[in-house]
Amino acid sequence: MATNTHNLLSALKSRSEIDKSLDRGFIWLTRIFALGIAATLLWITIQVSIGAWPAIQEFGAGFLAQSTWNPVNNQYGVLPQVYGTLVSSFIGLLLAVPIGVGTAVLLSENFLPSKIRLVLVFLVELLAAIPSVVYGIWGIFVLVPIITNVGKWLNSSLGFLPIFSTPPSGPGMLPAGVILAIMTLPIITAISRDALISIPPSLRQAAIGLGATRWETIFQVLIPAAFSGIVSAVMLALGRAMGETMAVTMLIGNSNNISLSLLAPANTISSLLANQFSEASGLQVAALMYAALVLFVLTLIVNIFAELIVLRMKRI
Amino acid sequence: MTTSYPESSLTRAPMSKRTLFNTGMTVVAFICGALALLPLLAVLSYVLIQGFSSLSPSIFTELPPAPLRKGGGFGNAILGTLLMVGIGALISIPFGVLAAIYLTEFSSGKIARVVRFATNILSGVPSIIAGVFAYGIVVLTLVKLNLGSYSAIGGGFALAILMLPIIVRTTDEALQLVSQDLRQASLGLGATKFQTVAQVVLPAALPAIVTGITLAIARAAGETAPLLFTALFSQFWPTSLFQPTASLAVLVYNFAITPFKNLQSLAWAASLILVLMVLITSIIARWATRQKA
Repeated sequence: MATNTHNLLSALKSRSEIDKSLDRGFIWLTRIFALGIAATLLWITIQVSIGAWPAIQEFGAGFLAQSTWNPVNNQYGVLPQVYGTLVSSFIGLLLAVPIGVGTAVLLSENFLPSKIRLVLVFLVELLAAIPSVVYGIWGIFVLVPIITNVGKWLNSSLGFLPIFSTPPSGPGMLPAGVILAIMTLPIITAISRDALISIPPSLRQAAIGLGATRWETIFQVLIPAAFSGIVSAVMLALGRAMGETMAVTMLIGNSNNISLSLLAPANTISSLLANQFSEASGLQVAALMYAALVLFVLTLIVNIFAELIVLRMKRI
Repeated sequence: MTTSYPESSLTRAPMSKRTLFNTGMTVVAFICGALALLPLLAVLSYVLIQGFSSLSPSIFTELPPAPLRKGGGFGNAILGTLLMVGIGALISIPFGVLAAIYLTEFSSGKIARVVRFATNILSGVPSIIAGVFAYGIVVLTLVKLNLGSYSAIGGGFALAILMLPIIVRTTDEALQLVSQDLRQASLGLGATKFQTVAQVVLPAALPAIVTGITLAIARAAGETAPLLFTALFSQFWPTSLFQPTASLAVLVYNFAITPFKNLQSLAWAASLILVLMVLITSIIARWATRQKA
């Protein structure tokens, strides 16, 4: 019996060397490309840092606190742009988070027949696919006139508040924030909905069984259970909002001043880059690269944070 | 006949605070849903109306007109978009598919986790940063080599960076859905790993991979920010890959902010083409994946 097996085994020819090396080569090839993705991320960081180096040496950390942007005198600071990036993203999220989470609840519970729900989910996803520049042109011709009218009323009746203290200028912080809300809504809805759907049904049944109404269940059981998912959705949306370029550039007015009024024009880092990069030279290119690096680091932190929450959620 | 519990006590009182709150919140949720769909309908209807009214056959064959002149088109921008998206696809498809094959087929946990993490982070990198990166890598290199500066190559490279994470992610998911039995059967018959992947696993996952690639292409065609300073824009037909090149997305941006009515209407027509492209690919992709499931 033992010799029989031995004979059989020896009869099995091992693979030819060509096959073996082809396999090994193929695995190595795919491995190189896979590692290439991580390398690309690193390469972007290094490349942008190298480009920014002359400006980093010249301005140091003071770049973040300076508010002049003057290519003629080679004086650069990105405080107004950082302010504009953060405030416009904040307005966007302030509008998008309640609507997005509300829509996610609507699309995850059985308020509607499942066929209609699927169509609505698809429509909300479609909102994410429309190119940013199309939101921009729509914003210029439709949104800005509407917001200017609303802004006139806000300024005349609530003008004592610093955020409405200037008459609307057409493009400005508020239209940019509204367009960011529209553009980040699909992310918030999609990820929050995933988080709500993946809650085990037993939780819901237990709460209903104890006599809770549907919305008591949603507020006291489902949303707390999906909370980390919702937070990561908001973080990803924040990352997207801070990096969004075209629609914001077309609607924010591109003024390098800080104004507390939401009706005044402002600027963001990405809009600054979009406006000036192709015509810049010398130290201005380095300063723009430095601004890009600031934006890159900001979005990187937000995205890594969001990703870590998602990973932790998966493990639970 | 004596029931100690009247039937009505089992239903919640219709006017109790809790019931009212419940009904109120349901209304709020529906309002949220309506508010979420409102911009989609507003954007789509406006682009369709404005776009179709500016559409004409000359749009596909002619060059952009001078301001105030009637007619004209943006054939060069359509060609430029195709060219740059093509370059982007040529770089990112083999790169992304091979990387995804490693993730699902060969990797041992740890590397895959790192690479998947990097992929997700890469997909969150703002598109304008991809533009700055491509400027540093391609445009400055071309200047150094005296081959040109702003060009279709630079634009295509920037688009490749943006397409890469989408392709990796969709291919990765598609490969994971291929049943393990197929791989085992193939290996059991004596096929090598390369044969298994190339002849069994990839064909099984192909429809889903193609869907992912199509979505990535549609997304890239609408990208504007990274093209502003890698490909720039041009009023002429593209003659070389090393020259500034027009694209639909940059055309929309450039013409939307001009005060000239004829250029604005061209911008609307270009928006319509971009939106239709996204709409059609999304619907086909949705339909194709539904067929499989």
